[in-house]
Amino acid sequence: MAPVATPFFFYLLSGTMLIGGILVITRKNAVHSALALIVTLLAQAAIYLMLYAPFVAGVQIILYAGGIMVLFLFVIMLVSIERTMKERQFNKQWLVGIAAAGALGGLFMAVYTKGKGIFPEHALPTAEAQNTQAVGSLLYGQYMFAFEIASLLLLVAIIGAVVMAKKRI
Amino acid sequence: MDAMLHISTLHYLVLGAALFLLGVIGVLTRRNVVIVLMSIELILNAVNLNLVALSRYWQGVYGPNALHGQVFAIFVITDAAAEAAVGLGILIAFFRNKETINVDEVNLLKW
Repeated sequence: MAPVATPFFFYLLSGTMLIGGILVITRKNAVHSALALIVTLLAQAAIYLMLYAPFVAGVQIILYAGGIMVLFLFVIMLVSIERTMKERQFNKQWLVGIAAAGALGGLFMAVYTKGKGIFPEHALPTAEAQNTQAVGSLLYGQYMFAFEIASLLLLVAIIGAVVMAKKRI
Repeated sequence: MDAMLHISTLHYLVLGAALFLLGVIGVLTRRNVVIVLMSIELILNAVNLNLVALSRYWQGVYGPNALHGQVFAIFVITDAAAEAAVGLGILIAFFRNKETINVDEVNLLKW
């Protein structure tokens, strides 16, 4: 069965993501930026579903939109943003920064228009029922070592965050 | 018109590039450290989008179990969580010392 209305949902979700991204980098109030970022992350989770990646979509919602963004909002509450909101929001090099990003964008566009042919379309498989199972067996099979390293990284991050945020060690 | 109506891998890559550029602009131009960290999250998400889209592409080549891109996206999300925790910890320590969250005032190492 062919997917229904894929282009419509793709453009809807990518429009949501881009508007959310623009709001993230332009809002004065950091809380508004965080809320816009949550919208972007949820739209991206829906795009993952369009790409038949339900496990990554679930991880995105639970970990990113649920975990990391709550951490951000807590830190925004801990630091005082009143003073920052009254000040200039963009630094002195903003013109150079936008020019550099524009040059990078031109590079991307050149690569993508020149290399259009290297992604031929294949007969894509339809939704597989065992995506989570397949990801799990890869994580605990072929990527076992990387998985253990990732757990070590998280342990280091926990200790690092506590040491950084603690007043007196 | 056909390019508009048929969503290919390239569409996802272009969307990822656009998000990446938004994140780069945020990192380079904003003064608020919290928003700079959020822009870094945008960049990591753009990379994740590319990884999952290309994983979909390789599934078309090697069959439904070629999920290496998705596995790598999960590792990137793990890294993003660690980075956010440590970055926000540093931010709190900085705010305690300087009473500000502007990147411009992080200039102790400047000549």
